[in-house]
Amino acid sequence: MKSRRSPVLAPTFPPWRARLVIALAAIALGVLAGRAVYLQGWNRDFLQAKGESRYSRTLEIPAYRGRIFDRNGEALAVSTPVKSIWAIPEDATLAGRDLDRLAAALGAPREELRLRLADTGRDFVYLKRQVPPQAAERVAALRLPGIHQSKEYRRYYPAGEAMAHVLGFTDVDDVGREGIELAYQEHLAGRPGSRRVIKDRLGEVVEDVVSLRDAKDGRDVVLALDSRIQNLAYGELRRAVESHRAKGGGIVVLDAATGEVLALANLPSYNPNNKAQLAGAAVRNRAVTDAFEPGSTLKPFTVALALDRGRVAAGTTIPVAPGSLTIGPATIRDAHPEKALTVEQVIQKSSNVGAAKIALELPPESMWGLFDDIGFGAAPQLGFPGEAIGKLRPYKTWRPVEQATMSYGHGISVSLVQLARAYTVFARDGDLVPLSLVKVDTPPQGRPVISKRTAETVRRMLELAAQPGGTAPRARIMGYRVAGKTGTAHKQVNGAYVPDKYRSSFVGFAPASRPRLVIAVMIDEPSAGQHFGGVVAAPVFANVMAGALRILGVAPDAPLQPIEAAPPALEVRESV
Amino acid sequence: MPRLSLLALVVLAACALGLVTSQHYARKLFAELEREQARAAELEVEHGQLQLEASTWARHARVERLARERLHMRPPEAKRMQILDAPPPGRGSGR
Repeated sequence: MKSRRSPVLAPTFPPWRARLVIALAAIALGVLAGRAVYLQGWNRDFLQAKGESRYSRTLEIPAYRGRIFDRNGEALAVSTPVKSIWAIPEDATLAGRDLDRLAAALGAPREELRLRLADTGRDFVYLKRQVPPQAAERVAALRLPGIHQSKEYRRYYPAGEAMAHVLGFTDVDDVGREGIELAYQEHLAGRPGSRRVIKDRLGEVVEDVVSLRDAKDGRDVVLALDSRIQNLAYGELRRAVESHRAKGGGIVVLDAATGEVLALANLPSYNPNNKAQLAGAAVRNRAVTDAFEPGSTLKPFTVALALDRGRVAAGTTIPVAPGSLTIGPATIRDAHPEKALTVEQVIQKSSNVGAAKIALELPPESMWGLFDDIGFGAAPQLGFPGEAIGKLRPYKTWRPVEQATMSYGHGISVSLVQLARAYTVFARDGDLVPLSLVKVDTPPQGRPVISKRTAETVRRMLELAAQPGGTAPRARIMGYRVAGKTGTAHKQVNGAYVPDKYRSSFVGFAPASRPRLVIAVMIDEPSAGQHFGGVVAAPVFANVMAGALRILGVAPDAPLQPIEAAPPALEVRESV
Repeated sequence: MPRLSLLALVVLAACALGLVTSQHYARKLFAELEREQARAAELEVEHGQLQLEASTWARHARVERLARERLHMRPPEAKRMQILDAPPPGRGSGR
């Protein structure tokens, strides 16, 4: 088809105009394309973040610190959420009235708050930490500018002072600082996590995008401790420390079968719920961290070694006249000079001369070997922070007089826990068990130290010591046969013995026919006139043992007759 | 051919709507799960607080004091006690 050119349609524009339009369109397209590339390519991360911030949120997942329970499932330490109140001083410009209300709601001094808020150089100041939820709500209701809250945890110890040293405490960030809290920090601590989620218009989480870090709740710890026995032990110890006006004291109760620590208490104690008290000497767990010269409580070990090596028998007579023994420059004395004592009576009447004479018959390395075997000079590995090792010098440096004094517990030092553990050897037919702070399911294997026969013989001697005619008739309890040994030692100050400062102790076990519990008691510097272990420490042992055996439902092995006080003539005062 | 396309379109629309519905439903359920989990955490906290309270009320010193003062209880005298042979294990501790 041939078309005729219309004059109307005749191109009246110059051809460059068309090209210009095309070029402009192309440039516009190019700009758009460039912008698109810029937004999609270079600027993508920023824009995507902007977009995500409209719906995506990172949430903290809180983690709880594990709880601590006693062996019967009673809660001993629990963390519960509290609030900390903090401020951005620059934003927090409070009128006088607001400051008054804030101070009232927080229960904090107004002046202190004012000073903290006046420090505008800082971006962040805590106003008060560990605020109970109710008080935090009151603060939130004030709607003050620049005042914020965040969640934290506070640990509560319902048992208070009675268990303070075992449990320890946590700091303001709920991190363990002492005792079990520190020893089991890894186990107890939770690890907070975080995750990214999508929130809808109403602020509700509708989708989990990704878990950034898994939260891990702390695990619970079930202790070997029996809170009934612990409370009893703490109460009796406190009564004794108060009535004898002592500087302090400690008590350890062990289960002879499993090596579990059923109770462990010290005085002076502190209230772990009161953060202001958590410093100073009262915090020290003396039964574990302090070593002392145990005194006569070591005699049974010397005798056990001599029996085990066949050097003596229970009935062998040891001449102890004239009641003193001079070795080089030193003289060892007995309180009641006798002519001769049997080995049994050396323990029963706690004769220093007798014990020294038996010790001098033994090679030093064998004595060192026994002390080493029963755990002296080595940490008891309870897991407590700062366990005392004690002092046990290598036998090559021993002089004869030192070997003699060590037989009755001088020139050697141990902690109360080490001493209690050593007595499990007698309570358990001659083997030593590892101790445990946490509940034990299967009784551990003991390590043999002395023969079964020796252990039985020493048990009988220790039973005699806790009878009229021995040093500790006050350790007797109704319905059970008890066995144990007193210790009374002069305290050392700056390397010299002080004549009027003593440490009184008693270590024993019951029922003697089949020992179930080992209890060690130490009273530091009794100063109300009495200082003998048999008078100061043995009654604590008796009261705690009687109560604990009743609580555990242990069958009596003696007739149920009330204990009558031994006549003074039959209560032997031990040699110091 | 156009009929088949139409059918496919209908199926596609149905699928799309189904996806939207199920997504909405899933989000609703998830929000509910979140709420319940928050509640579980709250209950856990409360459980801890109640355990604390129980331990505080059951303090031995307190129970003993109440027994002595309010209920006038005391340990039995020796002559009024009788020890029976322990029952075989597993049957509890009889008195």
